[in-house]
Amino acid sequence: MNPSYLQRLAQSTRVVGALGRRSITQAFRRPQYLAPVLLFPSLFLAVNTGGAGRATEIAAFPDVNGFLDFELAGAMMQATMLAGVSGGIALALDIEIGFSDRLLAAPISRAAIVIGRLAATAALGVLAAVWFLAVGFVFGAEIEAGVVGVLLILLLTPFIAAAFGAVTAAIALKSGRASVVQGIFPLVFVILFLSSAFFPSNLLLQPARSISDWNPLSLIADGLREPIVYGLAAEPLLRCLLGIAIIGGLGTILSAWAMRSRLRAGAV
Amino acid sequence: MALSADLSMIWALMRRGLNELLRVPGATIPGVLAPTIFLLGLTSVFGKLTDLSGFGTDSYMSFLIPVSLLQGAAFTGAATGVNLARDIEQGWFDRLLVSPAPRSVLLAGMMLSASLRALLPMTVLLGVGLALGVKFPGAGGLALSIFFVAGFAGVAAGWGSTLAIHFKTQTAAPLMQAGIFMAVLFTTSYAPQELLTGWLQEVARYNPVTQIIEAVRQGFVGGEITWAGTWPGVAALAGLLALLWLLSLREIRRATY
Repeated sequence: MNPSYLQRLAQSTRVVGALGRRSITQAFRRPQYLAPVLLFPSLFLAVNTGGAGRATEIAAFPDVNGFLDFELAGAMMQATMLAGVSGGIALALDIEIGFSDRLLAAPISRAAIVIGRLAATAALGVLAAVWFLAVGFVFGAEIEAGVVGVLLILLLTPFIAAAFGAVTAAIALKSGRASVVQGIFPLVFVILFLSSAFFPSNLLLQPARSISDWNPLSLIADGLREPIVYGLAAEPLLRCLLGIAIIGGLGTILSAWAMRSRLRAGAV
Repeated sequence: MALSADLSMIWALMRRGLNELLRVPGATIPGVLAPTIFLLGLTSVFGKLTDLSGFGTDSYMSFLIPVSLLQGAAFTGAATGVNLARDIEQGWFDRLLVSPAPRSVLLAGMMLSASLRALLPMTVLLGVGLALGVKFPGAGGLALSIFFVAGFAGVAAGWGSTLAIHFKTQTAAPLMQAGIFMAVLFTTSYAPQELLTGWLQEVARYNPVTQIIEAVRQGFVGGEITWAGTWPGVAALAGLLALLWLLSLREIRRATY
């Protein structure tokens, strides 16, 4: 392998590590970043399970231990999406205060700047998974796939969060304003309502049902739910990875385009 | 004479609140958009709950729209608290406090302003709902909805103002919004009382907002509006208004800047 390539890779890894540590410290130091990620999905989980818990009595509802088990994946999805929004806001704030400009002027990889920021988003994703698994256990949920299922969820959630984070990073890079990223907050709910995150696809009303069939979030939600309500299975896991790849790929392409457009506009 | 001056002051504060609708129209978007998204989204997601025995209606959107109307009122009222916190931060509220207007008049102006502004999201939500098949509640049901939405916006404004005067900062906004958001959702918002499960069944039973939602719901589900179905809501609204009024008045009287 070309030594200069290895040197560049090592340098980029160090940069990602340093920026990642900074963004993780920042995220955990400021409760205003953490609170929405855990508070809103927890409230929503509480209301959904208490208000629609009898849904399991509907004839076409899948056979599950309880509605809480079914809803846990939706809550995790919501939290990871909000972690993505939170990461996008933090990146936009870096742009607003000029910190990103200094990074862009430094002899480091552009991608490392975004990946470093996504480290905090991924860490928040793990935190969300741990939180909701704990909530689930306290309130009687069962993980059908056992310890392996828990580990699988803990492995998937940072990638899900980072995939959403890549999309919000693109919005942050393009707009350069935290208020614009903050404005997509309601969209998180819209996109989730149009997926199988909170209810089985076959029981959604039209047109949400048809949209849900094509929404990559349904792939992720169903894959994340599988180890909780049914056990380990290869197909849902592969579909989940496909959903993450679609969202993450879209986010990466959009981020690269937004970064190029920012540099071309002379924002450095 | 004093009454006339008080009424003029209240009207001036209400007009100031209404001016914001015209001058900062973007500020009204969250109060309109959020409940509309919830109405459409929750109907799509949980619409099949009407298949449960004992649900009482086959139109989930008709069942849910009273919740959305109160959410619109809640967000509008909470926004009044956020605006007050901004006025405190910028020093404008100090000028009101040194004016000869009684504290109660200042509060009344803000709460009534929220009541009036809440009619905007209500109009949009009803338009969307009726266009998508929500049952028209009739003239009586509509009047009842206006009464409760305006009153509940006053409750939310009282809550928001109490927190704004206490914390004196806009960073208390999430507390204002989350508190009133929970008050509306921890009720019979998703399903009738007997179909709720676990802790929510107990919380909804004792949450006074449940009575307000059920009173508004009469016109949209079932159709017949009765005094027996209305007075618990009126009592709950009056109680909440009195409580929040006293709390916010206590805060404003203790306020020293």
